[in-house]
Amino acid sequence: MTLSDGYPTETIIGLEVHVQLKTQTKLFCSCSTQFGAPPNTQVCPVCLGLPGALPVMNEHAIDLAIQAGLAIDCSIPPMTKWDRKQYFYPDLPKGYQISQFDLPICADGFVKITDDNDPEKIRRIGIIRAHLEEDAGKSMHDEASGRSDSRIDLNRCGTPLLEIVSQPDLRSANEAKNYLTELKLRMTLLGVSDCEMQEGSLRVDANVNLHIDVNGEKIATPIAEIKNMNSFRAVEHAIEHEIDRQYDVWEETGKTIKDESKTTRGWDDATGKTFLQREKEESADYRYFPDPDLLPIRVPRERVDAAKASLGEMPAELCQRLQTQYGIKLYDANVIVNQGRELIEYFETAATTSGDGKRTSSWIQQDVMRTLNEKQIRIADFAVSADQLGELLQRVSRGDFDNARARDVFSHLIKNAGTVEDAVKALGIESVDSSEIETLCKELLDANPQVIDDVKSGKKQAVGSLIGQAKKKNPNANPKQVRETLLQLIEQA
Amino acid sequence: MSLTVAEVRKLALLARLDLSDDEVASVRPQLDSILAFVKQLTELDTTDVEPMTTALDVDNRWREDQQLPGLMNEEALANSPSQNEGCFLVPPVLGVVASKKS
Ligand SMILES: [Zn+2]
Repeated sequence: MTLSDGYPTETIIGLEVHVQLKTQTKLFCSCSTQFGAPPNTQVCPVCLGLPGALPVMNEHAIDLAIQAGLAIDCSIPPMTKWDRKQYFYPDLPKGYQISQFDLPICADGFVKITDDNDPEKIRRIGIIRAHLEEDAGKSMHDEASGRSDSRIDLNRCGTPLLEIVSQPDLRSANEAKNYLTELKLRMTLLGVSDCEMQEGSLRVDANVNLHIDVNGEKIATPIAEIKNMNSFRAVEHAIEHEIDRQYDVWEETGKTIKDESKTTRGWDDATGKTFLQREKEESADYRYFPDPDLLPIRVPRERVDAAKASLGEMPAELCQRLQTQYGIKLYDANVIVNQGRELIEYFETAATTSGDGKRTSSWIQQDVMRTLNEKQIRIADFAVSADQLGELLQRVSRGDFDNARARDVFSHLIKNAGTVEDAVKALGIESVDSSEIETLCKELLDANPQVIDDVKSGKKQAVGSLIGQAKKKNPNANPKQVRETLLQLIEQA
Repeated sequence: MSLTVAEVRKLALLARLDLSDDEVASVRPQLDSILAFVKQLTELDTTDVEPMTTALDVDNRWREDQQLPGLMNEEALANSPSQNEGCFLVPPVLGVVASKKS
């Protein structure tokens, strides 16, 4: 990449992604992890850090972490343990976070994404590790009221997180987005996490710097870590902004990675800029040590094997299967799979009922997804069920009515409850039997004899004008059927 | 081996303790004697000893992912010096250096 009239640069990005695991209860106590409860109502002595309370591991969190690790091709080392990461902050009542320092539960994996510059090429993004840790609580600073005190809600405290740390293998904001999309897809397909960014169940830190090529000499700018972004768009924009900023600062000051240690920056959506964050005093000195309250985990091999067996299809395999099973193109399979588990299931049900994968895929990508976008809803809350769509499309394939009429039925189903048959009746759609169509076509040909000559001299498209007229005379006439009948009659004439 | 005053101050800062000069002076020899006590361990030859993470001979103690009742909001906040709308209320932290001396 070359910035306007500057030296060629390469962007180096590594991501740390925090994924909230989908457990009922917290990592070390039996409190609920449900989002949105009133403050401090899902707490107990353990997650409040009261003296004498002892943590006990959540078995399900361990299984989910193993599944997640396998889904990103990590190995699961035979032994893993817990460490205390010490820092003082009011949303961390124990004064330390239980995390994993030197023996994480998942090690050394990778994720494949499409190359930014060449969609035919695949890039392999290395994953250094994925470790389990507990989340902190939430502090709320009420600046508007001018009150200097902060309010602390500890409901989130102790919620299980898996932190997935990538190698600095990403080279652009778009690649970072592709990597995140792939990661989220894998986690949601597995059911390991909801990855609901609005609820903070997927959060991203990005380490960014530039390699600037100054007449053959490679100069690295100081690394900035942009913290706590909770939308893919924020990640993309923050990285783009950071690329420009680092280049400008380097031009101005000439400072390189050797002159300045890593800094922490925040991202401001409103201004579209990253900003320097005041470091928590001496925050880098976490003084990790093994947590004496917890025992090490020796992951039984059978558990890993069982997780491997239950892994199910990952995105690439799923795309492959949708292509062969439903006869759709790779591009279409990709679009559907990228929407996640719910939409994939919707497609498969509808395509099976309709018996026409291609038609179902194009309807879902156009009519269904557009409606979901317009209404800002998920497929689970969509008025037209997969079975209804399947039945509707099956009737289109059968020739009961055409796509345009099917769209009327579809809109009717969105607005009114009821079956496809109810909608068809309500709209006064009747299937027209073939003798009726034949009579209609004969009348039209009698009135327009020049069409017969045109078609006979090779201009098949001449029947088009008659199809329009047929539709006017009988709105229920299926254009495809009209066209075929017309051509047949002309041939016999 | 003896800790410097600066090291004691750094430890105090990390623990968010605000120590006076007198307190630093009295804590310093105490920390020294604790370190000296622990240092006795270095007399042992650990060349062929595997690193260990627990003195207990057990592992894999875990619980089912099943919700149990915790504390009511009033109970959770019962010991807090200051509260507001069901939350703990704490003095501002960001940007405030705990030790006045540093
Ligand atoms: Zn709890």
